[in-house]
Amino acid sequence: MLTIGGKTFKSRLFLGTGKFSSAAVMKEAIEASGSEMITVALRRVDLNNPLDDIMAALDRENHTFLPNTSGARNATEAIRLAHLARAASGTSWLKLEVTPDPRTLLPDPVETLKATEQLVRDGFIVLPYMNADPILALRLQDAGAAAVMPLGAPIGTNQGILTAFQVAIIIDQARVPVVVDAGIGTPSQAAQAMEMGADAVLVNTAIAIAGNPVAMARAFAQAVEAGRTAFESGLGRKSSEASASSPTTGTLDPDLGFLDS
Amino acid sequence: MSFSLPDFTQLSLEISACTESDVQRALTSAHPDHHDLAALLSPAALPHLPQMAGRSRDLTLLRFGRTTQLYAPIYVSNYCTNRCAYCGFSADNQIPRRKLTLDEAEAEADILHQRGFQHILLVSGEAPAAVDTDYLEALALRLRGKFAAVSIEVQPLEQGDYRRLFLAGITAVAVYQETYNREIYNEVHLAGRKCDYDYRLATPERAAAAGMREIGVGALFGLADWRAEALALGLHLAWLRKHFWSTNLTVSFPRLRPAAGEFEPRVLVSQRDLSQMIFGLRIFDPDVGLIVSTREEAEYRDQILGLGPTRYSAGSCTAPGGYADPEPAGEQFSVGDHRSLAEVSEAIRAKGFDPVCKDWDPEFQLAQ
Repeated sequence: MLTIGGKTFKSRLFLGTGKFSSAAVMKEAIEASGSEMITVALRRVDLNNPLDDIMAALDRENHTFLPNTSGARNATEAIRLAHLARAASGTSWLKLEVTPDPRTLLPDPVETLKATEQLVRDGFIVLPYMNADPILALRLQDAGAAAVMPLGAPIGTNQGILTAFQVAIIIDQARVPVVVDAGIGTPSQAAQAMEMGADAVLVNTAIAIAGNPVAMARAFAQAVEAGRTAFESGLGRKSSEASASSPTTGTLDPDLGFLDS
Repeated sequence: MSFSLPDFTQLSLEISACTESDVQRALTSAHPDHHDLAALLSPAALPHLPQMAGRSRDLTLLRFGRTTQLYAPIYVSNYCTNRCAYCGFSADNQIPRRKLTLDEAEAEADILHQRGFQHILLVSGEAPAAVDTDYLEALALRLRGKFAAVSIEVQPLEQGDYRRLFLAGITAVAVYQETYNREIYNEVHLAGRKCDYDYRLATPERAAAAGMREIGVGALFGLADWRAEALALGLHLAWLRKHFWSTNLTVSFPRLRPAAGEFEPRVLVSQRDLSQMIFGLRIFDPDVGLIVSTREEAEYRDQILGLGPTRYSAGSCTAPGGYADPEPAGEQFSVGDHRSLAEVSEAIRAKGFDPVCKDWDPEFQLAQ
């Protein structure tokens, strides 16, 4: 089972709450997804208002409420937002997003690392959204991040895992869970991330803007489960070459006749 | 946070259970895991040794190019407080004991420097009263201006000691577990601080945590099942990579050589076995430095060059003061390759490789 910040999760599908046509559809989609980790943009909700439609739609008994700092342009803004969110909601969980470029919404690696260092010191359970940079993943992990969240492609592009080569290195090196976040546009792409060994994926746009978000949420849940099962079962490996024992082309295997036995 | 190893017998069983199809799978894996390493070390892999050699050669070439690094050891002391059944320095062996003064050690280093060495390894028996952190620190400070890199292979130290030595210019620490088999470890380590298996096992991580640029692990082959020993080394490497991602790692494969004390190896390890380990670990970890010392004979070292190893010692003497005095007594083991640096370099060039004497710079550490 997946464990992050001392908490275990049966579902490896995390959901974002933006872009839904209504809080009611969002609530139904969350239920259909089986997700237990729901991220909410702090700028979208009024944590001090018990009637806030998004917050009212969340079942905080069964879902881990993961506020995010979407919109923050630097570490200072993200840290301030995080403290306000903790004061109002009582949760120390935080999805850290520092995205100074409103066009691409790509995360700022320098400010994200700075904010992670500070927020970990302040006692937050920090899950930073990051570009798929393996060294940055290691630095964030060393700074105390509870998980790392490399992007597959820029937020909202539905382009899939364009960063597969880098994500594979991150998965190989990480001591903390790796959650592929952003860019996942189809269930098959979610399954691909899971087959690669990602610990979880976070999906939002692809579900929220689907013709039928509730059915799409279910499809993602199935894909994530299938991908994870495939990974755990040990996928057959791709071979780039036929395995003739006496190759006729290319470099010959060395002659080991010099060895004693 | 400390490395712990599955039961050694389990490792042996995992290896012996490997089949032909496990080996095929391991050979085509883009990203071999520890079970693939088990397969590559298994008897089932023997018919595939040439393919393993080919893959190992290609990976080594890709990562290290046509180069071989060269270094020489300086034995600064053969005093030892441990009684180890297999070692020439063992406390109860009647051999002439000597500890070099700082001046004598520097004189040995000067000789190696004149011969062209830039990377040296300071080696001692394990006797803290003879060679302690103060001694090593003082020696490092004398040598750091002369050499590109100075490494140590001495008794396990505390993290704070390693930090002091790093700041004094020591670049790398080699500490070999000798055997990862706990029972055999206890049987061959008869007395002394070395009897503490766990303290020794945690030494690479203490040195890495202190900031050392490179950590060398290894086992003394001839004590226990070599296949399981090599799998344990792979697991140790993988753990160190996960936890100390900015530390360079190397592996040594010393095979037991004739030594004072008449210890008969418990397990015979052939050149074929040694080569299988080299190929297997290279395929498992394409980035690890693989060291083949002068324990091995010249012909083998020449033939295996380019197929996996990346670093050779040359012109080595394993007795304290052995470079200044050509007829020294009290060596740790007798070497198998007696050629000089120039001769080894020539043999490396003859294979189309570049013998590299300088591959580091002390300025990296002076900046700390």
